[in-house]
Amino acid sequence: MLVGCDGPLSTLSPAGPIAAEIAWLWWAMLAGAALLTLMVGVLVAMSFGRPRDIPERRWTVTLGVWFSIAVLSVVLATGLWLGERILPRDDGAVTVHAHGFQWGWRFTQPGADGQPVETLDTLYIPAGQPVDVLVTSGDVIHAFWVPRLAGKIDAIPGRENRLRLQADMPGRFDGVCAEFCGLGHAVMRFAVIAYPPDAPPEALTQLEGAPE
Amino acid sequence: MTAPDKGFTLSPNPPQHALHLHRELNRVWANDRGWWGQITAVNHTTLGLRFMATALVFFAIGGVLAMMLRAQLATPAGVFLDTELYNQIFTMHGSIMMFLFAIPMLEGLGIWLLPKILGTRDMAFPRLTALGYWCYLFGGLIMLTALLFGVAPRDGWFMYTPLSGATHSPGINADIWLLGVTFVEISALAAAIEITVTILRQRPPGMTLTRMPLFAWYMLGTSVMMLVGFPPLILGSVLLEVERAFNWPFFEVARGGDPLLWQHLFWLFGHPEVYIIFLPAAGAISTIIPVMCRTQIVGYGAIVAAILALVFLSFGLWVHHMFTVGIPHMALAFFSAASALVAVPTAVQIFAWIGTMWRGQPQMHLPMLHIMGFFLTFVMGGLTGVMLAIVPFNWQAHDTAFVTAHLHYVLIGGFVFPMMAAASYWMPLISGRGRIKGLGEAAFWVILLGFHGTFFVMHLTGLVGMPRRIDTYPDNPEWIWLNLTSSIFSFVLTIGFALFAIDMVLQALLGPRTPRDPWKGQTLDWAMMRPTPSYTFASLSTRPLTPGQPAGEVALRLARGEGLLPGAPRGRREFLVTEIGTGRPDHVAILPGNTALPLAMSAMIGGFVLLMLAGLYILTPLALAGVGVLIWRWGRSLTTPHDHPPVSIAPELSLPVHHHSRATLVQSGIVCLLVANGTLFASLLFGLGFLTVVAPNWPAPLPLRGGMTEAILTVAAVGALALGSLAVRLRIGVVPAITGLAVNLLALALVATLAAMALHDPTNHARDALRAVLTGYAGLHVLMSAGFAGFVWQMALRGELSPNRPGVVANWRLVQDYTTVTAAIVALVVIWQGIAG
Repeated sequence: MLVGCDGPLSTLSPAGPIAAEIAWLWWAMLAGAALLTLMVGVLVAMSFGRPRDIPERRWTVTLGVWFSIAVLSVVLATGLWLGERILPRDDGAVTVHAHGFQWGWRFTQPGADGQPVETLDTLYIPAGQPVDVLVTSGDVIHAFWVPRLAGKIDAIPGRENRLRLQADMPGRFDGVCAEFCGLGHAVMRFAVIAYPPDAPPEALTQLEGAPE
Repeated sequence: MTAPDKGFTLSPNPPQHALHLHRELNRVWANDRGWWGQITAVNHTTLGLRFMATALVFFAIGGVLAMMLRAQLATPAGVFLDTELYNQIFTMHGSIMMFLFAIPMLEGLGIWLLPKILGTRDMAFPRLTALGYWCYLFGGLIMLTALLFGVAPRDGWFMYTPLSGATHSPGINADIWLLGVTFVEISALAAAIEITVTILRQRPPGMTLTRMPLFAWYMLGTSVMMLVGFPPLILGSVLLEVERAFNWPFFEVARGGDPLLWQHLFWLFGHPEVYIIFLPAAGAISTIIPVMCRTQIVGYGAIVAAILALVFLSFGLWVHHMFTVGIPHMALAFFSAASALVAVPTAVQIFAWIGTMWRGQPQMHLPMLHIMGFFLTFVMGGLTGVMLAIVPFNWQAHDTAFVTAHLHYVLIGGFVFPMMAAASYWMPLISGRGRIKGLGEAAFWVILLGFHGTFFVMHLTGLVGMPRRIDTYPDNPEWIWLNLTSSIFSFVLTIGFALFAIDMVLQALLGPRTPRDPWKGQTLDWAMMRPTPSYTFASLSTRPLTPGQPAGEVALRLARGEGLLPGAPRGRREFLVTEIGTGRPDHVAILPGNTALPLAMSAMIGGFVLLMLAGLYILTPLALAGVGVLIWRWGRSLTTPHDHPPVSIAPELSLPVHHHSRATLVQSGIVCLLVANGTLFASLLFGLGFLTVVAPNWPAPLPLRGGMTEAILTVAAVGALALGSLAVRLRIGVVPAITGLAVNLLALALVATLAAMALHDPTNHARDALRAVLTGYAGLHVLMSAGFAGFVWQMALRGELSPNRPGVVANWRLVQDYTTVTAAIVALVVIWQGIAG
């Protein structure tokens, strides 16, 4: 089963703390949902016995209202707490820029010397630290999504959205456009390369000295 | 007979010869003969079945499209469809299933069933039923034709701008969607209006709201949601079409628009839509379970409260489709909570249904089997829905196959399974025939297996990263077996639906005749003769059924004319209209008969749509004028030149006919229409407010035009309309009518003058475009009020007005007051904009 959950775009094989938190939330909710489905199944199965007097309010109010509110409150509170934890914060995180277009991504990230470096369809981020991505679009709506590192955020013309992602270890992580954007939607792929902070890749160093 | 509890007792009419009554009624109520009779039919049984049959054809077409999608996705680099065609097909699959299958199906069910379950003879506005059907058919055919010619919509059923805008989607593909769907939505609004009025005004005496069959409550919730839910979509579609056709910016960022405005308008409709689809299905479940379990429903009051809560909550959670657009997390938390909270009324119903099964003795007839399928599927879909309402998880799962799986669990679980239960439950009433054992059960198991085989793994497909709406995935071999599994089982699912269809056809043709009321039903629909007569009941029930009383028991009494208003002795289509809350008899409505007017009207509207599609904008006023003429004729056929005597409905009770009533069905209908219209207006104001506050590129570069002169003209226009509102309240006659006409025409001239003086070119900026739309909205309503005043003036000239027949003036008053109020609001907004800068 766990083998089936792997993959370069799998939310279930997280490679950073943000994606890991959400994956953990999923497994917890799956367990709860399985229990609830089982409960309803058992209640339905038990109805096939003899007719019996039932207290109406126990079914409609106790089970229907209070039980479901209790379950929902737990899920909602967890979701809110978790959502707050993974939000971008003003903590001086590295900021990069992702600009979507039909059909590709133009990334701007700080180079080895601190000067911005522009790349196409490959984003370089330092591993082991949070990175904020400012997401914009030049034409239609796209969505920036690197499932193993974080959730997704839309790239909307006229707006700048911010998404935080983080990779634990250096490596290559696949990204896709998640919002339908026309003929090239399926091929609007990109890669995120997480590099050791002390060893930036060539792509970020070779452009040193380029005109400002 | 026991007395109804509200203090009025109606004794039975003397029994008559049932066959004699049947012939007398059938002469009046039956459709015309032959093909022409199909064109002029306005009868709810005919049209309800036709709605449902047409919806099933579209379901089959949508299903074939789904098979093509699954064939393409079965392998990672499928070459079955090219991307352009794939995009058209998934767009059409969603659009067909939503707008041409689910909505018309539930409308058809409501139209076919409600008059029967409420014990009345037809829907409140039979010609509107027919108009709705033709608009649905023509709109659907336009969309299908586009698919055949390869110019179908291709921007997704959600039509997000700017992708669906003129720049990124040239050609008529997007226009087909915007105009075609809006054309079809006329039928949704028509159905919503008449379903609301029928439920509120056509119940048997003594059937208070709290004694209504639950199905009526569910349909009331549905129709109210449709009245309020569809206008934002219609507005959005109109604005986007105007942007595409005339270059007025509403959604284009560079000129002050915002693509998020489209998303808000779309999902303001789109989420209630899900409950619009679910509620009628839940109504069928609430009707069927107690019958199948030979007991009474558990928690009637709790279920009604749950319906009201759903109606209310469903308008507060549209933003959960927009969790990834960049709205602040704390704001999302509100919508997240609302989205999760909507599970509470759903849970109340689920537990009430299971409690009902505990209290009774469930019998595993075919309808119950489908309800078991519903429980399994819908509960799982509901739970994934709660997961998706949780913001962080939504950030991962949004726009992946996980959502595709979820929505099919909810829609097939929450709508298709209950509809199949309903089909096998009501089939004896539709065809008068029973089932052929075995085939239906086989269909059920194949569908259940095919469904879960297709969609259960699709959750995982989404979680391992497959986005929606992609046609190839050569770099992701880990998705292959998941997709292949879904594709294989989807064909199993299709075979199951084919078996279901075969079963229905065989049953209708070959099934054994069933006895009357084979299930021992608890609602009045089972008190009918079979096959369903055109007039439904030879006489109308004197009171609601008492709990536990099988409906079949009263069938004979009603057929012999012992109920109210027996037969058709006056040669007119008549039924009883009651008061909204109490169910006290109010008057007798006389319905119009068979007519081709609805077909002509929808053909004229269709002409307008085709002219728009062809870009022949200059000719569209002709079609609109034609629509105006037909509306006039529609209204003229409702007038009467003389007083009518009261009609005896029971030995001791005579009631006036509707011409002499102050609270006619038409008046209730106009109130519903104005509620929908008011929602549209409110959505428009929301749009203006949203863009003003949120959109980039505001304020507009050009300062507003206009000064004191324009302000005075604006006040004068509103003042003229206020005079119109005053005139309509005067004594009924020629002078007030012509005064009303004059002041409305004056206001119209003023609005036109203001538009010419003060408006910038609407293509400049969203602000100018919206001001033009607001002005146009006011102008259109002034024109409508003028039309109403002119209509009343005509009636006065022909001597058709009388203080005893107040109906039309009351209707004019509603429209006139609405016009005055909205025009005043428009004036305030425009002047406020001028002051605020």
